[in-house]
Amino acid sequence: MSESTLHILNRGPNQPELLQHLLDALSAGDEILLIEDGIYWASEHFAERFQSTQPKVLKADAEARGLTRICGQTVDDADFVELCVNHRRSVSWC
Amino acid sequence: MNSFLIISRNPPYGSAAAREALELALACALFDREVAILLLDDAVYQLLPGHNPSAIGQKNLAAMQQSLPLYDVDKIFVCQSSLETRGLVTEALALPVTPVDSQGLKALMREYEAIINV
Repeated sequence: MSESTLHILNRGPNQPELLQHLLDALSAGDEILLIEDGIYWASEHFAERFQSTQPKVLKADAEARGLTRICGQTVDDADFVELCVNHRRSVSWC
Repeated sequence: MNSFLIISRNPPYGSAAAREALELALACALFDREVAILLLDDAVYQLLPGHNPSAIGQKNLAAMQQSLPLYDVDKIFVCQSSLETRGLVTEALALPVTPVDSQGLKALMREYEAIINV
């Protein structure tokens, strides 16, 4: 298990401060997972917000909402579980 | 009251808000009231095409959206700055919409008898 943190974000651009808090709290080696309404941050328009840490995106939530051109790697539920257990901590930004 | 403007600010599926706005619009139309929908902020994402919410256990909102014109709900306004903030254009949306700027918003507020934020 790594000492790093998994940051999970489930809100979209209606709450821009939430993404900013997440990015401010991000340390080297941490990972970002976008779920539910958070997946809208993975659209190309927002790609530059994520500099060195490209987000992972929950595939079912992106497909549900019709977001097809995704910046970042898509993951399924099994990957979601794996991400959680492979990080020392997880933070849900909501 | 005879005319209603329904304002929606939320994206689909993350909460029931988008569905409730659609249900309200259809209910107004069923009672022969003039109704328009205004999509602000993340609500503009409601009209991205190609929803497929079966994997998250939700019903597709697209069927309800496509029924709007059948009930003569054909006035759908979208906030131009909300589109621009999200890198979207009206041509990419699933229904014909009218973009409005801040002057347009002011005009909409005066045009309808009842304004409901859902």
